[in-house]
Amino acid sequence: MGITLDELNGIQLDVLKEIGNIGAGNAATALAKMIDKKIDMNVPKVQILEFKEVPELIGGEETPVCGIYFRVEGDITGHIMFLLALKSSKSLTNMLMARDDETEAMDEIEQSAIQEIGNILSGSYVSSLSALTNLNIKISIPSLAIDMAGAILSVPVIQYGQMGDKVLLIETELIEGGHQVKGFFFLIPDMESFETLLSSLGVLK
Amino acid sequence: MSEIKKIGMADLNVIKNPGILTTLGLGSCVGITLYDPITKIAGMAHIMLPSSKTIRNNTNAAKFADTGTQLLLEEVLKLGASRGRLLSKLAGGAQMFSFANKNDIMKIGERNVIAVKEVLQELRIPIIAEDTGGNFGRTIELYADSGILLVKTIGHGTKQI
Repeated sequence: MGITLDELNGIQLDVLKEIGNIGAGNAATALAKMIDKKIDMNVPKVQILEFKEVPELIGGEETPVCGIYFRVEGDITGHIMFLLALKSSKSLTNMLMARDDETEAMDEIEQSAIQEIGNILSGSYVSSLSALTNLNIKISIPSLAIDMAGAILSVPVIQYGQMGDKVLLIETELIEGGHQVKGFFFLIPDMESFETLLSSLGVLK
Repeated sequence: MSEIKKIGMADLNVIKNPGILTTLGLGSCVGITLYDPITKIAGMAHIMLPSSKTIRNNTNAAKFADTGTQLLLEEVLKLGASRGRLLSKLAGGAQMFSFANKNDIMKIGERNVIAVKEVLQELRIPIIAEDTGGNFGRTIELYADSGILLVKTIGHGTKQI
């Protein structure tokens, strides 16, 4: 039987939070290299929240957001989602493409750019997780969706829903010049993988 | 001004005319509505998973198609709805992300819709309208005076069912 978020103890939570910090830090460095600019990052917030609190973080269920979803494969299985408000995605693609497009919609090139950014951020996050745990962890190619926050969030929430009524998420804020980008990582290990993860970190009771 | 009751994920609520029940941003979850056109009693549930039987942590009845629909039925009956007159409408059950190779978890929206239909059939409550599937989110509003279900989307229009 797997372990649920509600059953995690303080030390286990601290370890998961620390992984979040390191992973998000590496992700920010990767982004800085990609756009060749200095990126400032606030200390990531790692939180365990009730389902209903999650949409509020990003401005409500109907806020347009961009979600990039990956399958996690290897010694642990599960999913990773990188989520950001549509406005933040625009800031990111503007940074990457060195332009100032103020429109709300994302064209095909921007969609593929944001997918690639998600890929690099999630990839560097996963490789820090892999290095810390000595586990072999890979991610699949990304899948992108742009829609209401509630609808996109239903995907990780449902997967966490099979284990309990809470989700684990990492909030990262990136700042480049006048642009501010707030992104959220959801790490969703499959039930059995939660145990593998904690035990490889040496914190499984 | 009629009262608007908001229903969150894994939640349900009932109302007697006048009033509106709403749930925002349904993705793979399914919104189930029950309506008695004579007493104008309306109920809405926002379920997340097909079955409470396969999950260890299943204390929240409104989270699952089977227990959620059952509880919603009990609640509208408590408010005075007549069981024989109840009509149901469904919305949601989308697949927000797609991957090349098949993955059971990604089909959760479709599985939710199938599960809800099975439960409603067992309970002998007719489904008179639905707007399910696809790859987009939906906000729904159920009007207690008319029983109309309004479905709003980003980029896929608005419709009444």
